[in-house]
Amino acid sequence: MKVAVLQFPGSNCDQDAFHIFASGLRLPTRYVWHKDTFLGEADLVVIPGGFSYGDYLRCGAIARFSPVMAAVREYAAQGGLVFAICNGFQIACEAGLLPGALIRNSSLEFRCLTCELRVEDSTESFNAGALGATVRVPIAHGEGNYRIDEAGLARLEANRQILFRYIHNPNGSISGIAGIRNEQGNVFGMMPHPERAFERFHSSRDGLAVAKAVLATRFPEFSAKSAVPVVPV
Amino acid sequence: MKINVFVTPKKNVLDPQGAAVGHALESLGFSRLKSTRIGKLIELEVEGEDSPEFRSRLDQVCRDLLSNPIIEDFRYEIASR
Repeated sequence: MKVAVLQFPGSNCDQDAFHIFASGLRLPTRYVWHKDTFLGEADLVVIPGGFSYGDYLRCGAIARFSPVMAAVREYAAQGGLVFAICNGFQIACEAGLLPGALIRNSSLEFRCLTCELRVEDSTESFNAGALGATVRVPIAHGEGNYRIDEAGLARLEANRQILFRYIHNPNGSISGIAGIRNEQGNVFGMMPHPERAFERFHSSRDGLAVAKAVLATRFPEFSAKSAVPVVPV
Repeated sequence: MKINVFVTPKKNVLDPQGAAVGHALESLGFSRLKSTRIGKLIELEVEGEDSPEFRSRLDQVCRDLLSNPIIEDFRYEIASR
């Protein structure tokens, strides 16, 4: 079980993402530079948050053309697990790995707070039974306002692709959407940061359960019923 | 050739930035305002001549990179100085 965390120029949650998988879940984790054209051995690819390429043009628009993204597209097409967080979610949408797009928060403010998310019934590991009715996970973004056309939203609903909805919508996202998965169920994306919610000094520790829910998609030993690994202080 | 590519938020996509600037215009007493939308202008300078092949390549880069068709429309003007 190996984790690869991508690094783009401007990624700034890469080390936090590394930390939750390496320390929080004690998994062999390594970085993959955006110029690399292959991912190596990986059971999970994490596209972390930040401001790749300074958010120029549109958030995630340039990162999508990084050499490593061709490898990620191929890996995902073969069913590989991808977890895209915040700017990673924006990149995944721009790259067509997930449907929809993210635009400026309706408030025009950069919002940075811990949000309560309603857990939707999406997969065997993403549902209220596995994660609880709600989870608390911090957000930190200026452009997390999820947009999709009506037909696309209907498809998300029909296929149960919505993972989380904000209880108090912080950014104007359509239907309060905070996170989604692709139809095939191997690419997961969300604006909130689970990697900022697992240490004792964090505002919440629910992030670990969210990270485990992604892994449990392929590896049942990470399901909610299995023991939670000890988090080092 | 000089090409101006205009990228604008789609009509049915809300434009928070445009709305905020619209409110500011109203507070300046610009009372005849009906709507404000904010997009971007991308100026390209390109070698060679215009052709149907070039247009289809230009359309492609506008769709693939310069705009996101889910949320934005684009149009361009070509001016050979």
